[in-house]
Amino acid sequence: MATASVVNRRDFLKSGATAGAALVIGFYLPSSASADAAEDQEKKPVNPFSGWVRITPDNQVTLILGKSEMGQGVMTSLPMILAEELCLDWKQVRIEQAPTNPAIYDHGTGGSGSVAGSWLPLRRVGAAAREMLVTTAAQHWNVSRDTCKPQDGGVLHGARKQFLTYGQLAGDAAKLPVPDLNTVPLKNSDDFTIVGHDHHRFEARDKSTGAAKFGIDSRPAGMLYAVIARCPVFGGTFAKFDATKAKAVPGVRDVVSIDPVGPGAFTAGGVAVLADNSWAAIQGRKALDITWNEGPNAAESSESLRQHFIENVAKPGKIVRNDGDADAALISASKKVEAVYELPFAAHACMEPMNCTVHIRPDGAEAWAPTQAPQWTQEIIAGVSKLPKESVVVHTTLMGGAFGRRYHADFVMEAAQVAKATGKPVMVLWTREDDMQHGFYRPASYHHMQGTVDAQGHLAAWKHFQSSTSIAAVWDKDGQEKPEASEFATAAFIPYVTPNFRVEYALAKSGVPRAWWRSVEHSSSGFVVETFVDELAAAAGADPLAFRLRLIGDDRKIPDFTNPKENKPLDTARLKNVLRLAAEKADWGKPLPKGIARGIAGYYSFESYTAAVAEVSINDGQVRVHSMVYAVDCGRPINPNGIAAQVEGAAIYGLSAALHDAITIDRGRVQQSNFNDYQMPRINETPKIEVHVVPSKEDPTGIGEPGLPVIAPAVCNAVFAATGKRLRRLPIRPEDLA
Amino acid sequence: MAITFTLNGKPQTVDVSPEMPLLWVLRDTLNMTGTKFGCGMALCGACTVHINGEATRSCITPISSVSGKKITTIEGLSADGSHPVQQAWIEEDVPQCGYCQSGQIMSAVALLSKKPNPTDADIDDFMSGNICRCGTYQRIRKAIHRAAAESGKAKSA
Repeated sequence: MATASVVNRRDFLKSGATAGAALVIGFYLPSSASADAAEDQEKKPVNPFSGWVRITPDNQVTLILGKSEMGQGVMTSLPMILAEELCLDWKQVRIEQAPTNPAIYDHGTGGSGSVAGSWLPLRRVGAAAREMLVTTAAQHWNVSRDTCKPQDGGVLHGARKQFLTYGQLAGDAAKLPVPDLNTVPLKNSDDFTIVGHDHHRFEARDKSTGAAKFGIDSRPAGMLYAVIARCPVFGGTFAKFDATKAKAVPGVRDVVSIDPVGPGAFTAGGVAVLADNSWAAIQGRKALDITWNEGPNAAESSESLRQHFIENVAKPGKIVRNDGDADAALISASKKVEAVYELPFAAHACMEPMNCTVHIRPDGAEAWAPTQAPQWTQEIIAGVSKLPKESVVVHTTLMGGAFGRRYHADFVMEAAQVAKATGKPVMVLWTREDDMQHGFYRPASYHHMQGTVDAQGHLAAWKHFQSSTSIAAVWDKDGQEKPEASEFATAAFIPYVTPNFRVEYALAKSGVPRAWWRSVEHSSSGFVVETFVDELAAAAGADPLAFRLRLIGDDRKIPDFTNPKENKPLDTARLKNVLRLAAEKADWGKPLPKGIARGIAGYYSFESYTAAVAEVSINDGQVRVHSMVYAVDCGRPINPNGIAAQVEGAAIYGLSAALHDAITIDRGRVQQSNFNDYQMPRINETPKIEVHVVPSKEDPTGIGEPGLPVIAPAVCNAVFAATGKRLRRLPIRPEDLA
Repeated sequence: MAITFTLNGKPQTVDVSPEMPLLWVLRDTLNMTGTKFGCGMALCGACTVHINGEATRSCITPISSVSGKKITTIEGLSADGSHPVQQAWIEEDVPQCGYCQSGQIMSAVALLSKKPNPTDADIDDFMSGNICRCGTYQRIRKAIHRAAAESGKAKSA
């Protein structure tokens, strides 16, 4: 989920006949995200193939999906792209999840990058297949190619009014040389009939009938269920245990211990109880008698971390960006705004608890894994089993939510370890309490903000000192962080023009594991930057929308400070456009009933532009969000219906962070345990959400995450407009409204 | 202990610990995996089934308590996804990850059996026991209204 992108990788194409005289074209889809830093990605051997088109004589076209479906809709949007170039009847398209063969596939799914990264490769492969099919038809009829037209999953020869289906042509087409993918003609986008039009989610029916199979629904014959007792303190391990009582629980078959595994898997180790059913396994775990070695983090608390933050920002930090002289400008300022913003750890809380099913046999292994990283899953199982990777078969299942959590492979490692110890198929199943207390959390952070606006209403200085528990430091062997890494450099990549701009950073040490949580660092940066700019607007006596538009200034492209290697600049015209559009659709500036007020925020992330206007009121000391009106520009919309769904979902996920989400730490352990003390919005808190998708011919960009960062600031800015109370810490607390 | 009940219209007998909740009997003993495990404490609604027509959280319902009762799960709602609520879910593209949707649908069916034409407030009130982390709530509201309208049309036709 980090924004590490793969660059300079070529598209590859291979064709050949397979069983059933199918036309098979492989192509490589760049993985736009990985747990690794960009430079590590570059060192990895390029995996040239990541997906396949299969056309069989019965005229069915199958896309073998090299990305994981976690609810974001790739099982629909990616085939739509392919179907468009292939001139298919959408009803023909079938989808299969790719097997994990590291020589062919590169599955990593995250960073809102699946559509963006697949757009051109899928078009090219679809076009190549189309060209080969048309050529075959022309040869069959002995006519000029120009007289043959691909449509509805076949080729039409207009003059003779003849039609051959792709299924009839595929066998011969497969024998043709594959066109150069870099020059293969792509369809004129004016002729698109699938891309840009609403389509139902491919798997909506199975998800409405109970037929959809998630990882947790895997049931290989002879499978045992395992639940694992882990030390409640992060970094702790078991010292000793007595399994006598656990083994006496009816249905319990075995109790085995597993060792912690360090960087990479980051597992805690523990004691696994295996049983015929997961209920018995849970009862068996309760009956374990374990003495824990709590390790070095047993004194950490949310309060101790906060003190650490405060001490950090009182000392000089690492310079991330330093334009002009912000300190001098602030000293001479007549109206200086200074504020502290705070965000807690947050849990992903996927509805499907973590799980993985593994069977390690002497001659090979098989896994059923709900994962964003199937290849890593394969590597882990190969490592634990000492089997060659090629003999490890990974079935990537549907995922009951992921949001970045399932880019980690701790649950895979545990399942591999227990499976290795038993030799039987084993599902390691996490309970909700395990999920809440042994996760990888959105980093907690603390932000000291200072800024000033001059007499002309321009931003004269902006100073941001952030201290946070970083994700990258989790992975660094010395627990350190590079200041230029995008994780906090996003704070230095703002669209507002100022001659004096200083961003500092100080890493805070913590034993709490951190990971990519929907929109990653943007969930924090978006809140801080878009709320603080609202504070400056208020200080300047300016309208928050007009102030933003003025500070963004002229139409221009701002190079991405967080990733200068890539040429993916922020287009200020597109950002201003979504701000204006959201404002217009939300009736910005028009009177509202007493007690209701609007707030706005606009933000750039994952190469997409998002703005939202929230309408709120305060009822009985609680924030009530009535509506959220979005404008989003994610380039060319592939499936507008799917885009709206992702933004609606990100809105609720962001609202969750604004109103509820907080993982707090005491004595080195998580204080929350289930949905009673880690609350999230339910339907009765759900505002009316409108999503306006900007029409565009730009290449498509991310949409799974960009809807999130604007929600907390839009809501908090609306609360300020309604009450004059400035909310600077999340989640919103009743005492901050009083 | 052998316990007999009616499951999706057919007699079913299981021999399990009497305190084992219905959810685990469905999922682990009978391998009927459409009903989901989300929290184990009746906090999220993913495990919702109907017991004698009432929406019930199966994760805290001991199997001994359902002896002789009629249980309907998502698999029993229709043979082919043709139930009006399922159809509405598909038409409105409610599911994202889809994990909570069996429970959402079972709750929605129970709501509509009590209130064939629910208001938004009725929906919010009845459905607030079901969490969706993907945030599909707005579409759930729309789908319930759609199902209500379709059912109404079917009755008047």
